[in-house]
Amino acid sequence: MSALAPATYTAQTETDVGRLHVVVVGHVDHGKSTFVGRLLHDTESLPEGKIEQVKKACAAEGMDFEYAFLLDALLEEQEQNITIDTTRIFFRTKKRNYAIIDAPGHREFLKNMVTGAASASAALLVIDAQEGVMDQSRRHAVLLSLLGVKQLVVLVNKMDLVKHDAATFQRIETEYTAFLASLGLKAARFIPIAARHGDNVVTRSQVMAWYKGPTVAEALDDLVHVDNVAGLPLRMPVSDIYRFDHRRIIAGRVESGSLRPGEPLVFLPGGRSTTVRAFEDWPITKRDVVPTGASAGFTLEEQIFVERGQIAAHPSHAPRVGREFRARIFWLGREPLALGRSYRLRLGTQDVPAFVSRIHSITDADTLAATQGDSVPKDAVADIVLRTAAPIAYDLHHECPVTGRFAIEDGERIAGGGIITEEVSSSQTNGKGRVTPAERIARHGHGPAILWFTGLSGSGKSTLSESVERRLFDSGKHVLRVDGDELRSSLSRDLGFTPEARAESVRRAAAVAGLFADTGAIVLVTLIAPLAADREKSRRALARHAFLEVFVDAPLAVCESRDPKGLYAKVRRGEIREFTGISSPYEAPQDPEVHVRTDQVDLAAATEQVLAAIDAAVREPREDWEV
Amino acid sequence: MPWSMGKDSNVLIWLARKAFAGKVPFPLLHIDTTYEFPEMYTFREWATKEHELDLLIRINQDAIDRGVSYATHDPVTVTHELKTLALRAALDEYKWDALITGIRRDEDPTRAKERHFSPRSAEGVWDYKDQPPEFWGQFASRPPAGGHVRVQPLLEWTELDIWEYIRREAIPIPTLYYARDGKRFRSLGCHPITHPVPSEADTIDKVIDELRLTRTSERSGRAQDHHERNAMQKLRAKGFM
Repeated sequence: MSALAPATYTAQTETDVGRLHVVVVGHVDHGKSTFVGRLLHDTESLPEGKIEQVKKACAAEGMDFEYAFLLDALLEEQEQNITIDTTRIFFRTKKRNYAIIDAPGHREFLKNMVTGAASASAALLVIDAQEGVMDQSRRHAVLLSLLGVKQLVVLVNKMDLVKHDAATFQRIETEYTAFLASLGLKAARFIPIAARHGDNVVTRSQVMAWYKGPTVAEALDDLVHVDNVAGLPLRMPVSDIYRFDHRRIIAGRVESGSLRPGEPLVFLPGGRSTTVRAFEDWPITKRDVVPTGASAGFTLEEQIFVERGQIAAHPSHAPRVGREFRARIFWLGREPLALGRSYRLRLGTQDVPAFVSRIHSITDADTLAATQGDSVPKDAVADIVLRTAAPIAYDLHHECPVTGRFAIEDGERIAGGGIITEEVSSSQTNGKGRVTPAERIARHGHGPAILWFTGLSGSGKSTLSESVERRLFDSGKHVLRVDGDELRSSLSRDLGFTPEARAESVRRAAAVAGLFADTGAIVLVTLIAPLAADREKSRRALARHAFLEVFVDAPLAVCESRDPKGLYAKVRRGEIREFTGISSPYEAPQDPEVHVRTDQVDLAAATEQVLAAIDAAVREPREDWEV
Repeated sequence: MPWSMGKDSNVLIWLARKAFAGKVPFPLLHIDTTYEFPEMYTFREWATKEHELDLLIRINQDAIDRGVSYATHDPVTVTHELKTLALRAALDEYKWDALITGIRRDEDPTRAKERHFSPRSAEGVWDYKDQPPEFWGQFASRPPAGGHVRVQPLLEWTELDIWEYIRREAIPIPTLYYARDGKRFRSLGCHPITHPVPSEADTIDKVIDELRLTRTSERSGRAQDHHERNAMQKLRAKGFM
């Protein structure tokens, strides 16, 4: 969420009780645009001269005037040839202001409908009285239930085409009510309308006197804002920590509940507690409470560790913390959502790598048939288990919606979203037979990789690899080091220093690294491996895994001046005869994946350089390695 | 954050100060067309001190030297040269990951299609046919390689929202927005192509009352929008805000 989101958006005036966002959905050609055009016209929300302009244009083209053209003209869709997208259209009733999020159908419809509906308080679902309930009438309701849009008004349109027949209307109402009930939804109203003629849109229909309920405008005025759900626990995702001056200000938006000075707070995951000292508002104002939807900056009584991503809550009503949960998701990605592949999960301000560890079922968006499979195609809905690389704080959606829902990012694109339905115990396994690479990836939260640190003695291979290992370990990665010197005193203690023996030593180190990587680990190999040919053989032998050559580079003179093991001194005294870089050759890598100049950058920078390369490698793990 | 000194732009500064404990923690960029109203330059100087802004000013001097001017060229060309190209040059120079803009959906149909976080490619192109979804406060916040993200916090606000917020928060704005001699500016741009509208609204309360009743569009006094069909669409596709 943007720190600049209008926290003050609840600005109220005597006539305006806050704009209500409404999404209009329904099957293609069931009359959504006509309805919106008519509603704008009848509520006198159109710009001056717009209707005359459109009527004139129609006459010039020899076409009959349609209310749908009004909308098109308003959006300049046709002449600008912009693919239709979610667009806000504003109108007012006597009671309040509205924004209609019109979502007409086209190829990218679902993505835009999700964008629109996710911010809507209510949905108007249009069904053609003549055609009845169609695929999209059902599909849209499924998405509305997933997006948490609970207020629904069903408009049975084109009543004029069925002779304003009450029985037809009631038949659709009965059928669709039963379908909605299967999704846990209930429509607030069913309203028979003829949008073309304005029947029951704003004006009560004379020809459908049998209908005693409200018009659409009246039904809209009866809806409530869902942003202000009372009785939910405090959830404030931390968006940043400011240190502009002596103050350390925790910033974020209260997504549910409310926040007061003096209250105890716990920051999860992490779990340290303290109390709120004071709000640090600019301009200085006296706020006793920060309500849902408003942003806050505040100081704490104790200087505990707080970071972006954590959720601030009251200790007595804290969110869950875990690494695995079951969720109902919708997928909009270009590529299918695949079991075992790496994605990023965004919940509140948390942003962590995550994997699909199980797909329970996939629901086809058109037929609503549930199937089994290893991947979720575009525009489908699925019931899955997600596992994150590090623990996250979350709620079940039915307990606290705002922190019970998340987005999934594939590469740099938001490609899906979902709601959390239940906690999954992380020890739970569901597989049969052989353990697959995908299961290993799911357990670790990342794929394997081999990093081959090569360089002269004293170039910093061990120091750098230890630093990288520490960082990976601390962030929850499965990591270990394979050290060439240690192997020399164990597995390879039978080998000498002839070229053949050195080649064999490298081969054995590669084999050991490969075995560890097969378990799903990130393996850091530190070995001089002076000959390019030996290193190339290792790379080929380990082709089943991501292999990164890390050239730890420093000039010989620098290495000799460091001489951490006193080896250069021994060489100079003649105590060692074969020594890489002095008496035997070192073939520097020509095209390493990572090239670290340890004489030019400090350890912290070198570590970051390696970590960045690992991050890219383990985010796209291969799922097909042969164990 | 681009800053035009207009009302929406000043609301943005106010929101930034609120969001960041009183200090705008990023530089502001004024693309100076050299055709601003004299009052705007005065306001710029005053507000830079008042808000303690780190202000960068950029002028497309090359275009001016080539003789691009309202006297000799059409408004779309001048706007493109003096605003869009100057902005592009600043983007190339500073390689910002994000630009925070003050555009709103209700200003113009093409802006109505915008997202809160709207990616621009390295070439500055807006791919309006394939925009990222945004929901539940999750946005396309990672800039594309070599490109940037337009962050547009005011997208959902209306002209009336802006004015009510200015009143509630007492945000300083240029006085050109208030009526003098029966006319006021509803939207401010380059002086040769920005025209005042008939109005008696010489106080903020009167402006708000006027807007509650009006059915004419806010940018009706901005000539570059109306120079030709789809002018705004063409300007925006090339990187205009």
